[in-house]
Amino acid sequence: MLAPVLIAPAVIFILALVGLPLLLAIYLAFSSATSGSLSGHWVGLANFRHEWGNAIFQRALWNTFWFTVISQVIVVLGAGILAHALMHPFRGRWFLRFLILLPWAAPIALGTIAFQWILDPTFSIFNWILVHTHTIGPFCSATGISNCSATSPPNWVGDPTLARISIILVHAWRILPFATVIFIAGIASIPTEVHDAAAIDGATGLKKFWYVSLPLQLPIAIIALLFGIVFTATDMTVAYVLTHGGPFNSTHMLTTWAFTTGIESGSLGEGAAVSLFLLPVLAVVAIGMLIAAKRAEVA
Amino acid sequence: MSHALRRLLGPRAVVLPFAIVLAFPFYWMVITAFKKTTELYDLSSVPFWWHDGLTLSNIRDLFENTPYVTWLENTALVGVIVVAITLIVAMPAGYALARLSGGWGQTMGVGIFLTYLVPPTLLFLPLSRVISDLHLSNSLGSLILVYPSFTIPFSTWLLMGFFKTIPPELEDAALIDGCSRIQALIRIVFPISLPGILTVVIFSFSLVVNEFIYAITFISSSHNRTLSAGVPTDLIRGDLVLWGGVMAATLIPSIPLALLYNAFLNRFIAGFTGGAFR
Repeated sequence: MLAPVLIAPAVIFILALVGLPLLLAIYLAFSSATSGSLSGHWVGLANFRHEWGNAIFQRALWNTFWFTVISQVIVVLGAGILAHALMHPFRGRWFLRFLILLPWAAPIALGTIAFQWILDPTFSIFNWILVHTHTIGPFCSATGISNCSATSPPNWVGDPTLARISIILVHAWRILPFATVIFIAGIASIPTEVHDAAAIDGATGLKKFWYVSLPLQLPIAIIALLFGIVFTATDMTVAYVLTHGGPFNSTHMLTTWAFTTGIESGSLGEGAAVSLFLLPVLAVVAIGMLIAAKRAEVA
Repeated sequence: MSHALRRLLGPRAVVLPFAIVLAFPFYWMVITAFKKTTELYDLSSVPFWWHDGLTLSNIRDLFENTPYVTWLENTALVGVIVVAITLIVAMPAGYALARLSGGWGQTMGVGIFLTYLVPPTLLFLPLSRVISDLHLSNSLGSLILVYPSFTIPFSTWLLMGFFKTIPPELEDAALIDGCSRIQALIRIVFPISLPGILTVVIFSFSLVVNEFIYAITFISSSHNRTLSAGVPTDLIRGDLVLWGGVMAATLIPSIPLALLYNAFLNRFIAGFTGGAFR
Protein backbone atom coordinates (compact mmCIF):
# COMPACT_ATOMS: atom_id res chain seq x y z
CA MET A 1 0.00 0.00 0.00
CA LEU A 2 2.70 2.41 1.07
CA ALA A 3 5.22 1.53 -1.64
CA PRO A 4 3.58 3.40 -4.55
CA VAL A 5 3.33 6.56 -2.39
CA LEU A 6 7.03 6.37 -1.56
CA ILE A 7 8.10 5.72 -5.15
CA ALA A 8 5.70 8.13 -6.87
CA PRO A 9 7.66 11.41 -6.34
CA ALA A 10 10.82 9.91 -7.87
CA VAL A 11 8.90 8.51 -10.84
CA ILE A 12 7.05 11.80 -11.42
CA PHE A 13 10.33 13.78 -11.27
CA ILE A 14 11.97 11.43 -13.76
CA LEU A 15 9.01 11.40 -16.15
CA ALA A 16 8.78 15.21 -16.06
CA LEU A 17 12.51 15.94 -16.40
CA VAL A 18 13.77 13.02 -18.50
CA GLY A 19 10.77 11.39 -20.20
CA LEU A 20 8.95 14.50 -21.42
CA PRO A 21 12.10 16.34 -22.58
CA LEU A 22 13.13 13.21 -24.49
CA LEU A 23 9.77 13.21 -26.32
CA LEU A 24 10.12 16.96 -26.88
CA ALA A 25 13.60 16.38 -28.34
CA ILE A 26 12.15 13.88 -30.81
CA TYR A 27 9.36 16.34 -31.72
CA LEU A 28 11.85 19.22 -32.15
CA ALA A 29 13.99 17.10 -34.47
CA PHE A 30 11.06 16.91 -36.91
CA SER A 31 10.31 20.64 -36.66
CA SER A 32 11.80 23.87 -37.93
CA ALA A 33 12.00 25.38 -34.41
CA THR A 34 14.67 28.01 -33.83
CA SER A 35 15.59 29.77 -30.60
CA GLY A 36 14.12 32.96 -32.12
CA SER A 37 10.69 31.60 -33.11
CA LEU A 38 9.80 28.84 -30.72
CA SER A 39 6.74 27.67 -32.63
CA GLY A 40 8.36 25.63 -35.36
CA HIS A 41 6.22 23.62 -37.76
CA TRP A 42 6.51 20.02 -38.87
CA VAL A 43 9.21 19.47 -41.50
CA GLY A 44 9.38 15.68 -41.52
CA LEU A 45 12.84 14.25 -42.08
CA ALA A 46 14.27 17.48 -43.50
CA ASN A 47 16.58 18.12 -40.53
CA PHE A 48 17.96 14.60 -40.62
CA ARG A 49 18.40 14.65 -44.39
CA HIS A 50 20.14 18.01 -44.27
CA GLU A 51 22.55 16.89 -41.53
CA TRP A 52 23.19 13.50 -43.12
CA GLY A 53 24.59 15.28 -46.17
CA ASN A 54 26.62 17.77 -44.11
CA ALA A 55 30.37 17.10 -44.09
CA ILE A 56 30.82 18.50 -40.57
CA PHE A 57 28.09 16.19 -39.26
CA GLN A 58 29.64 13.17 -40.98
CA ARG A 59 32.98 14.11 -39.42
CA ALA A 60 31.30 14.46 -35.99
CA LEU A 61 29.64 11.05 -36.32
CA TRP A 62 32.93 9.32 -37.15
CA ASN A 63 34.77 11.24 -34.45
CA THR A 64 32.19 10.17 -31.87
CA PHE A 65 32.64 6.55 -32.96
CA TRP A 66 36.44 6.52 -33.06
CA PHE A 67 37.00 8.70 -29.98
CA THR A 68 34.81 6.30 -28.03
CA VAL A 69 36.27 3.05 -29.39
CA ILE A 70 39.94 4.02 -29.10
CA SER A 71 39.67 5.66 -25.68
CA GLN A 72 37.74 2.66 -24.30
CA VAL A 73 40.30 0.16 -25.62
CA ILE A 74 42.96 2.13 -23.73
CA VAL A 75 40.72 2.27 -20.64
CA VAL A 76 39.89 -1.45 -20.53
CA LEU A 77 43.51 -2.53 -21.02
CA GLY A 78 44.81 0.01 -18.51
CA ALA A 79 42.11 -0.68 -15.92
CA GLY A 80 42.65 -4.44 -16.20
CA ILE A 81 46.38 -4.14 -15.50
CA LEU A 82 45.95 -1.48 -12.83
CA ALA A 83 43.13 -3.25 -10.95
CA HIS A 84 45.11 -6.50 -10.74
CA ALA A 85 48.20 -4.68 -9.46
CA LEU A 86 46.15 -2.79 -6.87
CA MET A 87 44.69 -6.04 -5.47
CA HIS A 88 48.08 -6.85 -3.90
CA PRO A 89 48.85 -5.04 -0.67
CA PHE A 90 52.01 -2.94 -0.74
CA ARG A 91 53.36 0.02 1.14
CA GLY A 92 52.14 3.36 -0.19
CA ARG A 93 49.11 1.80 -1.89
CA TRP A 94 46.71 4.27 -0.26
CA PHE A 95 48.64 7.26 -1.62
CA LEU A 96 49.01 5.82 -5.13
CA ARG A 97 45.29 4.99 -5.16
CA PHE A 98 44.58 8.62 -4.18
CA LEU A 99 46.67 9.86 -7.12
CA ILE A 100 44.96 7.45 -9.51
CA LEU A 101 41.47 8.57 -8.45
CA LEU A 102 42.21 12.29 -8.96
CA PRO A 103 41.03 12.52 -12.61
CA TRP A 104 37.68 10.99 -11.68
CA ALA A 105 37.14 13.14 -8.58
CA ALA A 106 38.01 16.49 -10.17
CA PRO A 107 35.27 18.24 -12.18
CA ILE A 108 35.69 17.26 -15.86
CA ALA A 109 35.61 20.80 -17.21
CA LEU A 110 38.37 21.86 -14.82
CA GLY A 111 40.54 18.80 -15.49
CA THR A 112 40.25 19.47 -19.22
CA ILE A 113 41.39 23.06 -18.67
CA ALA A 114 44.59 21.72 -17.12
CA PHE A 115 45.18 19.86 -20.38
CA GLN A 116 44.55 23.05 -22.32
CA TRP A 117 47.51 24.53 -20.47
CA ILE A 118 49.62 21.36 -20.73
CA LEU A 119 49.01 21.37 -24.51
CA ASP A 120 49.34 25.16 -24.94
CA PRO A 121 50.67 26.09 -28.43
CA THR A 122 53.54 28.14 -26.96
CA PHE A 123 54.09 26.89 -23.43
CA SER A 124 53.26 23.17 -23.71
CA ILE A 125 55.44 21.17 -21.36
CA PHE A 126 55.82 18.50 -24.05
CA ASN A 127 57.23 21.04 -26.48
CA TRP A 128 59.55 22.40 -23.82
CA ILE A 129 60.93 18.89 -23.27
CA LEU A 130 61.24 18.23 -27.02
CA VAL A 131 63.06 21.53 -27.60
CA HIS A 132 65.39 21.29 -24.61
CA THR A 133 66.37 17.68 -25.21
CA HIS A 134 66.99 18.57 -28.88
CA THR A 135 64.69 15.75 -29.96
CA ILE A 136 62.11 17.95 -31.66
CA GLY A 137 63.63 17.60 -35.16
CA PRO A 138 63.77 13.79 -35.07
CA PHE A 139 60.36 13.69 -33.35
CA CYS A 140 58.72 15.73 -36.11
CA SER A 141 60.28 13.75 -38.96
CA ALA A 142 59.54 10.41 -37.25
CA THR A 143 55.87 11.20 -36.61
CA GLY A 144 55.28 13.13 -39.85
CA ILE A 145 53.20 15.80 -38.12
CA SER A 146 52.46 18.69 -40.46
CA ASN A 147 53.89 22.14 -39.68
CA CYS A 148 56.28 20.57 -37.21
CA SER A 149 60.00 21.20 -37.30
CA ALA A 150 62.90 22.10 -35.05
CA THR A 151 61.86 25.76 -35.25
CA SER A 152 58.08 25.32 -35.01
CA PRO A 153 56.94 22.94 -32.27
CA PRO A 154 53.76 20.88 -32.79
CA ASN A 155 50.41 22.52 -31.94
CA TRP A 156 48.68 19.77 -29.95
CA VAL A 157 45.20 21.30 -30.16
CA GLY A 158 45.64 23.31 -33.39
CA ASP A 159 46.49 20.46 -35.77
CA PRO A 160 43.46 18.30 -36.71
CA THR A 161 45.17 14.93 -36.17
CA LEU A 162 46.95 15.95 -32.96
CA ALA A 163 43.77 17.56 -31.63
CA ARG A 164 41.85 14.30 -32.16
CA ILE A 165 44.56 12.30 -30.39
CA SER A 166 44.53 14.83 -27.54
CA ILE A 167 40.75 14.51 -27.08
CA ILE A 168 40.97 10.70 -27.09
CA LEU A 169 43.73 10.72 -24.47
CA VAL A 170 41.86 13.14 -22.20
CA HIS A 171 38.76 10.92 -22.41
CA ALA A 172 40.85 7.84 -21.55
CA TRP A 173 42.54 9.77 -18.73
CA ARG A 174 39.26 10.68 -17.07
CA ILE A 175 37.45 7.31 -17.48
CA LEU A 176 40.39 5.07 -16.46
CA PRO A 177 40.09 5.63 -12.68
CA PHE A 178 36.35 4.87 -12.70
CA ALA A 179 36.85 1.69 -14.75
CA THR A 180 39.65 0.61 -12.41
CA VAL A 181 37.39 1.05 -9.39
CA ILE A 182 34.65 -1.08 -11.01
CA PHE A 183 37.20 -3.73 -12.04
CA ILE A 184 38.53 -3.94 -8.48
CA ALA A 185 34.98 -4.49 -7.21
CA GLY A 186 34.55 -7.26 -9.78
CA ILE A 187 37.79 -9.02 -8.88
CA ALA A 188 37.06 -8.73 -5.15
CA SER A 189 33.63 -10.34 -5.64
CA ILE A 190 35.18 -13.61 -6.91
CA PRO A 191 35.21 -16.05 -3.96
CA THR A 192 38.70 -17.19 -2.92
CA GLU A 193 37.52 -20.82 -3.11
CA VAL A 194 37.52 -20.49 -6.89
CA HIS A 195 41.24 -19.71 -6.89
CA ASP A 196 41.95 -22.59 -4.51
CA ALA A 197 39.97 -25.01 -6.68
CA ALA A 198 41.82 -23.82 -9.78
CA ALA A 199 45.16 -24.30 -8.02
CA ILE A 200 44.25 -27.88 -6.97
CA ASP A 201 43.25 -28.67 -10.56
CA GLY A 202 46.67 -27.44 -11.66
CA ALA A 203 45.55 -24.30 -13.47
CA THR A 204 48.27 -21.63 -13.33
CA GLY A 205 49.37 -18.47 -15.06
CA LEU A 206 47.81 -17.73 -18.43
CA LYS A 207 45.68 -20.88 -18.37
CA LYS A 208 44.08 -19.92 -15.09
CA PHE A 209 43.54 -16.36 -16.33
CA TRP A 210 41.90 -17.55 -19.56
CA TYR A 211 39.66 -20.31 -18.15
CA VAL A 212 38.97 -19.08 -14.61
CA SER A 213 39.60 -15.40 -13.92
CA LEU A 214 38.53 -13.94 -17.27
CA PRO A 215 35.07 -15.58 -17.52
CA LEU A 216 34.30 -14.60 -13.93
CA GLN A 217 35.42 -10.99 -14.44
CA LEU A 218 33.81 -10.58 -17.82
CA PRO A 219 30.33 -9.44 -16.71
CA ILE A 220 31.66 -6.62 -14.53
CA ALA A 221 34.29 -5.69 -17.12
CA ILE A 222 31.46 -5.34 -19.63
CA ILE A 223 29.47 -3.18 -17.21
CA ALA A 224 32.50 -0.89 -16.80
CA LEU A 225 32.97 -0.79 -20.58
CA LEU A 226 29.30 0.07 -21.18
CA PHE A 227 29.54 2.95 -18.69
CA GLY A 228 32.72 4.11 -20.39
CA ILE A 229 30.98 4.08 -23.78
CA VAL A 230 28.06 6.19 -22.53
CA PHE A 231 30.26 8.63 -20.61
CA THR A 232 32.52 9.16 -23.64
CA ALA A 233 30.07 9.15 -26.56
CA THR A 234 27.60 11.47 -24.83
CA ASP A 235 30.15 13.81 -23.27
CA MET A 236 30.45 17.30 -24.62
CA THR A 237 32.73 18.86 -22.04
CA VAL A 238 36.12 17.48 -23.10
CA ALA A 239 35.88 18.30 -26.81
CA TYR A 240 34.13 21.64 -26.18
CA VAL A 241 36.67 22.91 -23.64
CA LEU A 242 39.77 21.51 -25.34
CA THR A 243 39.17 22.43 -29.01
CA HIS A 244 35.62 23.82 -29.30
CA GLY A 245 35.28 21.50 -32.31
CA GLY A 246 38.20 23.17 -34.08
CA PRO A 247 40.46 23.55 -35.93
CA PHE A 248 38.17 23.95 -38.97
CA ASN A 249 35.38 21.83 -37.36
CA SER A 250 37.65 18.79 -37.53
CA THR A 251 37.19 17.60 -33.92
CA HIS A 252 33.44 17.96 -33.40
CA MET A 253 31.60 15.11 -31.71
CA LEU A 254 27.82 14.70 -32.12
CA THR A 255 27.41 16.50 -28.80
CA THR A 256 29.49 19.59 -29.61
CA TRP A 257 27.97 19.80 -33.09
CA ALA A 258 24.45 19.59 -31.60
CA PHE A 259 25.39 22.43 -29.24
CA THR A 260 26.92 24.54 -32.00
CA THR A 261 23.90 23.98 -34.26
CA GLY A 262 21.15 24.19 -31.64
CA ILE A 263 22.43 26.88 -29.25
CA GLU A 264 25.19 28.90 -30.93
CA SER A 265 23.47 28.98 -34.36
CA GLY A 266 19.98 28.81 -32.84
CA SER A 267 18.64 26.00 -35.08
CA LEU A 268 16.91 24.16 -32.27
CA GLY A 269 15.26 21.56 -34.50
CA GLU A 270 18.36 20.69 -36.42
CA GLY A 271 20.45 20.50 -33.25
CA ALA A 272 17.90 18.11 -31.74
CA ALA A 273 18.14 15.95 -34.86
CA VAL A 274 21.93 15.76 -34.43
CA SER A 275 21.68 14.79 -30.76
CA LEU A 276 19.12 12.06 -31.53
CA PHE A 277 21.89 10.12 -33.26
CA LEU A 278 23.04 9.30 -29.71
CA LEU A 279 19.87 7.26 -29.10
CA PRO A 280 21.08 4.03 -30.79
CA VAL A 281 24.21 4.13 -28.60
CA LEU A 282 22.03 4.43 -25.50
CA ALA A 283 19.70 1.63 -26.63
CA VAL A 284 22.60 -0.76 -27.24
CA VAL A 285 24.22 0.11 -23.90
CA ALA A 286 20.96 -0.25 -21.96
CA ILE A 287 20.27 -3.68 -23.45
CA GLY A 288 23.88 -4.75 -22.91
CA MET A 289 23.71 -3.63 -19.30
CA LEU A 290 20.52 -5.58 -18.60
CA ILE A 291 22.07 -8.74 -20.07
CA ALA A 292 25.34 -8.29 -18.17
CA ALA A 293 23.52 -7.60 -14.89
CA LYS A 294 21.44 -10.74 -15.36
CA ARG A 295 24.55 -12.83 -16.06
CA ALA A 296 26.30 -11.40 -13.00
CA GLU A 297 23.29 -12.37 -10.89
CA VAL A 298 23.38 -15.93 -12.17
CA ALA A 299 27.11 -16.19 -11.61
CA MET B 1 60.40 -16.46 -15.92
CA SER B 2 57.23 -14.41 -15.81
CA HIS B 3 56.85 -15.30 -12.15
CA ALA B 4 60.38 -14.18 -11.31
CA LEU B 5 59.91 -11.00 -13.30
CA ARG B 6 56.68 -10.19 -11.55
CA ARG B 7 58.23 -10.72 -8.14
CA LEU B 8 61.13 -8.48 -9.10
CA LEU B 9 58.92 -5.65 -10.28
CA GLY B 10 56.10 -6.00 -7.79
CA PRO B 11 52.68 -4.36 -8.06
CA ARG B 12 54.15 -0.97 -7.13
CA ALA B 13 56.22 -0.92 -10.31
CA VAL B 14 53.01 -1.41 -12.30
CA VAL B 15 50.95 1.14 -10.38
CA LEU B 16 53.54 3.91 -10.16
CA PRO B 17 53.72 4.81 -13.89
CA PHE B 18 49.92 4.93 -14.08
CA ALA B 19 49.79 7.13 -10.98
CA ILE B 20 52.36 9.52 -12.47
CA VAL B 21 50.50 9.88 -15.77
CA LEU B 22 47.04 10.20 -14.18
CA ALA B 23 48.10 12.68 -11.50
CA PHE B 24 50.44 14.76 -13.68
CA PRO B 25 47.83 17.44 -14.55
CA PHE B 26 47.30 18.04 -10.81
CA TYR B 27 51.03 18.33 -10.19
CA TRP B 28 51.05 20.82 -13.04
CA MET B 29 48.17 22.77 -11.47
CA VAL B 30 50.13 23.07 -8.21
CA ILE B 31 53.36 24.14 -9.96
CA THR B 32 51.55 26.70 -12.13
CA ALA B 33 49.24 28.10 -9.45
CA PHE B 34 52.12 29.14 -7.17
CA LYS B 35 54.58 30.27 -9.84
CA LYS B 36 55.36 33.92 -10.55
CA THR B 37 53.99 35.06 -13.91
CA THR B 38 57.38 36.24 -15.13
CA GLU B 39 58.88 32.80 -14.52
CA LEU B 40 55.84 31.01 -15.94
CA TYR B 41 56.23 32.63 -19.34
CA ASP B 42 60.03 32.39 -19.42
CA LEU B 43 60.83 29.53 -21.80
CA SER B 44 64.48 29.42 -20.70
CA SER B 45 63.72 28.39 -17.11
CA VAL B 46 63.22 24.71 -16.29
CA PRO B 47 59.44 24.48 -15.73
CA PHE B 48 59.19 21.47 -13.38
CA TRP B 49 59.85 23.41 -10.19
CA TRP B 50 59.90 26.93 -8.73
CA HIS B 51 63.23 28.74 -9.16
CA ASP B 52 62.14 32.24 -8.30
CA GLY B 53 60.22 31.39 -5.13
CA LEU B 54 56.51 30.74 -4.63
CA THR B 55 53.79 33.35 -4.87
CA LEU B 56 50.23 33.72 -3.66
CA SER B 57 49.49 36.58 -6.04
CA ASN B 58 47.78 34.30 -8.60
CA ILE B 59 45.30 33.14 -5.98
CA ARG B 60 44.81 36.65 -4.58
CA ASP B 61 44.19 37.91 -8.09
CA LEU B 62 41.68 35.10 -8.71
CA PHE B 63 39.73 35.90 -5.55
CA GLU B 64 39.83 39.69 -5.83
CA ASN B 65 39.64 40.44 -9.55
CA THR B 66 37.45 37.68 -10.96
CA PRO B 67 33.93 36.42 -10.09
CA TYR B 68 35.50 33.18 -8.78
CA VAL B 69 34.16 33.55 -5.22
CA THR B 70 30.67 34.18 -6.63
CA TRP B 71 30.97 30.97 -8.67
CA LEU B 72 32.01 29.05 -5.56
CA GLU B 73 28.99 30.44 -3.71
CA ASN B 74 26.61 29.70 -6.62
CA THR B 75 27.91 26.14 -6.89
CA ALA B 76 27.54 25.56 -3.15
CA LEU B 77 24.02 27.02 -3.14
CA VAL B 78 22.79 24.97 -6.11
CA GLY B 79 24.55 21.88 -4.72
CA VAL B 80 22.98 22.12 -1.27
CA ILE B 81 19.44 22.70 -2.56
CA VAL B 82 19.67 20.00 -5.22
CA VAL B 83 21.07 17.48 -2.72
CA ALA B 84 18.24 18.29 -0.29
CA ILE B 85 15.57 17.78 -3.01
CA THR B 86 17.33 14.59 -4.08
CA LEU B 87 17.35 13.11 -0.57
CA ILE B 88 13.69 13.96 0.06
CA VAL B 89 12.66 12.21 -3.16
CA ALA B 90 15.21 9.38 -3.40
CA MET B 91 15.31 8.10 0.20
CA PRO B 92 11.67 6.92 0.33
CA ALA B 93 11.87 5.59 -3.24
CA GLY B 94 15.14 3.72 -2.62
CA TYR B 95 13.73 2.21 0.57
CA ALA B 96 10.47 1.12 -1.07
CA LEU B 97 12.32 -0.46 -4.00
CA ALA B 98 14.66 -2.32 -1.64
CA ARG B 99 12.04 -3.55 0.78
CA LEU B 100 8.36 -3.20 0.17
CA SER B 101 7.66 -4.02 -3.41
CA GLY B 102 8.86 -7.61 -3.76
CA GLY B 103 9.98 -9.03 -7.09
CA TRP B 104 9.42 -6.06 -9.34
CA GLY B 105 11.32 -3.76 -6.96
CA GLN B 106 14.62 -4.80 -8.54
CA THR B 107 13.23 -4.46 -12.06
CA MET B 108 11.89 -0.99 -11.36
CA GLY B 109 15.15 -0.02 -9.66
CA VAL B 110 17.06 -1.02 -12.79
CA GLY B 111 14.54 0.92 -14.88
CA ILE B 112 15.07 4.07 -12.81
CA PHE B 113 18.82 3.60 -12.99
CA LEU B 114 18.71 3.30 -16.79
CA THR B 115 17.19 6.80 -16.97
CA TYR B 116 20.46 8.00 -15.40
CA LEU B 117 22.10 6.94 -18.68
CA VAL B 118 19.98 9.39 -20.71
CA PRO B 119 22.58 12.15 -21.03
CA PRO B 120 22.16 15.92 -20.64
CA THR B 121 23.53 16.24 -24.19
CA LEU B 122 20.28 14.68 -25.42
CA LEU B 123 17.99 16.79 -23.23
CA PHE B 124 19.57 20.25 -23.15
CA LEU B 125 17.89 21.54 -26.33
CA PRO B 126 14.27 20.72 -25.35
CA LEU B 127 14.99 21.79 -21.77
CA SER B 128 16.42 25.12 -22.94
CA ARG B 129 12.98 25.75 -24.44
CA VAL B 130 11.17 24.68 -21.30
CA ILE B 131 13.44 26.89 -19.19
CA SER B 132 12.76 29.94 -21.35
CA ASP B 133 9.01 29.23 -21.31
CA LEU B 134 9.17 29.13 -17.50
CA HIS B 135 11.12 32.45 -17.50
CA LEU B 136 13.98 30.77 -15.63
CA SER B 137 16.68 31.64 -18.19
CA ASN B 138 19.88 33.00 -16.69
CA SER B 139 18.90 32.12 -13.13
CA LEU B 140 20.23 29.53 -10.72
CA GLY B 141 16.61 28.35 -10.43
CA SER B 142 16.95 26.72 -13.87
CA LEU B 143 19.81 24.55 -12.60
CA ILE B 144 18.04 23.74 -9.33
CA LEU B 145 15.00 22.59 -11.34
CA VAL B 146 16.91 20.46 -13.86
CA TYR B 147 19.78 18.89 -11.88
CA PRO B 148 17.56 16.46 -9.91
CA SER B 149 16.88 14.80 -13.28
CA PHE B 150 20.24 13.03 -12.98
CA THR B 151 20.84 13.11 -9.20
CA ILE B 152 17.52 11.35 -8.38
CA PRO B 153 17.97 8.22 -10.58
CA PHE B 154 21.61 7.92 -9.47
CA SER B 155 20.81 8.37 -5.75
CA THR B 156 17.71 6.14 -5.77
CA TRP B 157 19.87 3.33 -7.16
CA LEU B 158 22.66 3.85 -4.60
CA LEU B 159 20.20 4.08 -1.70
CA MET B 160 18.36 0.96 -2.84
CA GLY B 161 21.69 -0.89 -2.61
CA PHE B 162 22.36 0.47 0.90
CA PHE B 163 18.89 -0.24 2.28
CA LYS B 164 19.10 -3.84 1.08
CA THR B 165 22.00 -4.44 3.46
CA ILE B 166 19.88 -3.56 6.51
CA PRO B 167 18.17 -6.63 8.01
CA PRO B 168 14.34 -6.32 7.81
CA GLU B 169 14.12 -7.86 11.30
CA LEU B 170 15.11 -4.49 12.77
CA GLU B 171 12.00 -2.83 11.37
CA ASP B 172 9.81 -5.81 12.23
CA ALA B 173 10.87 -5.41 15.85
CA ALA B 174 9.94 -1.72 15.70
CA LEU B 175 6.58 -2.54 14.10
CA ILE B 176 5.82 -5.02 16.87
CA ASP B 177 6.70 -2.35 19.42
CA GLY B 178 3.91 -0.23 17.97
CA CYS B 179 5.77 2.00 15.50
CA SER B 180 4.14 2.75 12.16
CA ARG B 181 6.07 1.92 8.96
CA ILE B 182 6.99 5.60 8.51
CA GLN B 183 8.14 5.90 12.15
CA ALA B 184 10.27 2.76 11.74
CA LEU B 185 11.75 4.33 8.62
CA ILE B 186 12.64 7.62 10.29
CA ARG B 187 13.72 6.26 13.70
CA ILE B 188 15.45 3.01 12.72
CA VAL B 189 16.31 2.71 9.02
CA PHE B 190 17.55 6.20 8.16
CA PRO B 191 19.83 6.58 11.22
CA ILE B 192 21.47 3.18 10.57
CA SER B 193 21.92 4.09 6.90
CA LEU B 194 23.67 7.38 7.69
CA PRO B 195 27.02 6.35 6.13
CA GLY B 196 25.19 5.34 2.95
CA ILE B 197 23.19 8.54 2.92
CA LEU B 198 26.39 10.59 3.38
CA THR B 199 27.88 8.75 0.39
CA VAL B 200 24.86 9.77 -1.68
CA VAL B 201 25.21 13.37 -0.49
CA ILE B 202 28.86 13.53 -1.54
CA PHE B 203 28.49 11.86 -4.92
CA SER B 204 25.35 13.73 -5.96
CA PHE B 205 26.95 17.01 -4.83
CA SER B 206 29.93 16.19 -7.02
CA LEU B 207 27.60 15.45 -9.97
CA VAL B 208 26.28 19.00 -9.52
CA VAL B 209 29.79 20.48 -9.39
CA ASN B 210 30.69 18.50 -12.53
CA GLU B 211 27.70 19.53 -14.61
CA PHE B 212 28.72 21.66 -17.57
CA ILE B 213 26.30 21.59 -20.49
CA TYR B 214 23.12 22.80 -18.74
CA ALA B 215 25.16 25.46 -16.94
CA ILE B 216 26.54 26.98 -20.14
CA THR B 217 23.22 26.61 -21.98
CA PHE B 218 20.87 28.16 -19.42
CA ILE B 219 23.13 30.76 -17.79
CA SER B 220 24.34 33.73 -19.83
CA SER B 221 25.78 36.24 -17.37
CA SER B 222 29.03 35.79 -15.54
CA HIS B 223 27.81 36.42 -11.99
CA ASN B 224 25.19 33.65 -12.25
CA ARG B 225 27.60 30.93 -13.37
CA THR B 226 28.77 27.88 -11.48
CA LEU B 227 32.42 26.76 -11.22
CA SER B 228 32.44 24.27 -14.10
CA ALA B 229 30.89 26.78 -16.49
CA GLY B 230 32.55 29.95 -15.21
CA VAL B 231 36.20 28.94 -15.31
CA PRO B 232 36.31 27.71 -18.97
CA THR B 233 34.17 30.56 -20.34
CA ASP B 234 35.09 33.66 -18.36
CA LEU B 235 38.68 33.03 -17.23
CA ILE B 236 39.93 31.72 -20.57
CA ARG B 237 39.27 34.47 -22.99
CA GLY B 238 41.35 36.13 -25.67
CA ASP B 239 45.10 35.77 -26.06
CA LEU B 240 46.23 36.79 -22.61
CA VAL B 241 45.21 33.98 -20.27
CA LEU B 242 46.66 34.23 -16.78
CA TRP B 243 47.34 30.52 -16.37
CA GLY B 244 48.56 30.86 -12.78
CA GLY B 245 45.13 32.00 -11.65
CA VAL B 246 43.31 29.53 -13.92
CA MET B 247 45.26 26.59 -12.51
CA ALA B 248 44.52 27.77 -8.97
CA ALA B 249 40.84 27.90 -9.98
CA THR B 250 40.94 24.26 -11.11
CA LEU B 251 43.02 23.06 -8.16
CA ILE B 252 40.90 24.51 -5.35
CA PRO B 253 37.71 22.43 -5.88
CA SER B 254 39.58 19.31 -7.03
CA ILE B 255 41.51 18.56 -3.85
CA PRO B 256 38.62 18.46 -1.34
CA LEU B 257 36.54 16.41 -3.81
CA ALA B 258 39.39 13.92 -4.23
CA LEU B 259 39.76 13.52 -0.46
CA LEU B 260 36.02 12.92 -0.07
CA TYR B 261 36.01 10.39 -2.94
CA ASN B 262 38.80 8.44 -1.28
CA ALA B 263 37.11 8.46 2.11
CA PHE B 264 33.79 7.20 0.72
CA LEU B 265 35.02 5.07 -2.19
CA ASN B 266 34.34 1.65 -0.67
CA ARG B 267 30.79 2.59 0.32
CA PHE B 268 30.20 4.03 -3.14
CA ILE B 269 31.29 0.79 -4.81
CA ALA B 270 29.14 -1.28 -2.43
CA GLY B 271 26.06 0.80 -3.25
CA PHE B 272 26.76 1.25 -6.95
CA THR B 273 27.29 -2.44 -7.65
CA GLY B 274 25.15 -3.66 -4.73
CA GLY B 275 21.87 -3.41 -6.59
CA ALA B 276 23.01 -5.72 -9.39
CA PHE B 277 25.83 -7.85 -8.05
CA ARG B 278 24.87 -9.87 -5.05
